[in-house]
Amino acid sequence: MAWKDLLVERRSKETLNALLFFALALLFVFQFALDADRERLAAVLPGLLWLAFILSGMLGLGRVFLVERENDCWEGLLLAPGDKSAIYLGKLAGSLALMFVVEAIVLALFALFFNVDLVPVLPGLTLVIALGTLGFAAIGTLFAAMTAQARARELLFPVLLLPVLVPVLLGTVKATEALLLREPLADVAHWLKLLVAADVIYVVAGLLTFDFILEG
Amino acid sequence: MLDGVDLDVAAGEAVALLGPNGAGKTTLLKIVATLLRPSRGTATVAGHDGARDPEAVRPLIGVVAHGVQLYEDLTARENLKFWATLAGLPADADTLAQALAEVELERHGNARVRTFSAGMKRRLALARVGLARPRVLLLDEPFAALDARGRKWLEARLESFKAGGGALLMATHSFGRELGAADRIVILAGGRVALDTPRAALAPDDVQRLYAAHTEETS
Repeated sequence: MAWKDLLVERRSKETLNALLFFALALLFVFQFALDADRERLAAVLPGLLWLAFILSGMLGLGRVFLVERENDCWEGLLLAPGDKSAIYLGKLAGSLALMFVVEAIVLALFALFFNVDLVPVLPGLTLVIALGTLGFAAIGTLFAAMTAQARARELLFPVLLLPVLVPVLLGTVKATEALLLREPLADVAHWLKLLVAADVIYVVAGLLTFDFILEG
Repeated sequence: MLDGVDLDVAAGEAVALLGPNGAGKTTLLKIVATLLRPSRGTATVAGHDGARDPEAVRPLIGVVAHGVQLYEDLTARENLKFWATLAGLPADADTLAQALAEVELERHGNARVRTFSAGMKRRLALARVGLARPRVLLLDEPFAALDARGRKWLEARLESFKAGGGALLMATHSFGRELGAADRIVILAGGRVALDTPRAALAPDDVQRLYAAHTEETS
């Protein structure tokens, strides 16, 4: 499933291009809005970074199951014998790969645009981003499947997803803020634990409920 | 909506479902395919109730409906590989080459489905369902988008499927060559079986006459 999704994306480039342009546009807006005020910038940087990740990620996750609507492939997935949680894991892996690519590019541009030296905090930041993205993608993939067949899916998807994402948003923004202030990783351990717990809960929820969601 | 439909399809038998739009042909196929749950009654395949135990039914059936269940940005071979892998079937190069050859698409294996004609997509969809060697084929308008040669080819394929002991249920709007593979003709009208009769004794004109008589009664 992940191989198929990435292959389709590599050829169509529909989602990747949209995500990159969207993230780039956000960075430009942030840059123009905050350029003069360096002090305020330091305080809002973690929020801005995750805003770019979350908004571009939501755009991508919202499209995860659109490819399955084409030619009724959704019915093919439903009729495929075997454990449907494998489909969920495949979709999750494909989404994660795509989001990591976009996040890596956004992070590099972020450092460039805002003149932030991320190299010293990169290992810790990578861990926070990986944990945050896993939780985000895990629950996002599940809700994307839930709303894929709904008429107002563009509206429903963020409305359902954002409240559930609060623990991930809180953990990632707080941990990123601490890391950018050069605090040691041990000081943000409680936020990392929150992220790990959220990841486990979201992935398990996805594995347990995806079958029911696919069956409708 | 279906109402009191009672229908059996035996192994090695093909049943053609005829009926006007909204008669319930696609609904019936979807219920048998486990894609819809009946509000009342049961649909069983090889003794398995599709509503209670869909996972027992799904490996036994092959479905080609209006949507061909193919990814436009993948090649024909990649599509077959994906669906075979998902179903836990062999997806080696020889198996895929054979599946493509069976539907006469061996020269188009590396072409993206987006470049295929509607008829080629239909044939590839048949190759896709054929990978699992299903015991029951559920086809919705199988002859749509096929040219004369394609129709003849599909008719031969369906005869071969029947000869191998497969059961075939197909919905169609046509009265011509498509009915050649059918052993029985069932006319659905208003969600009910208006006529269930062996095809052998009927000429195409008879089918058309019966269709008109039974569907006009309910319209």
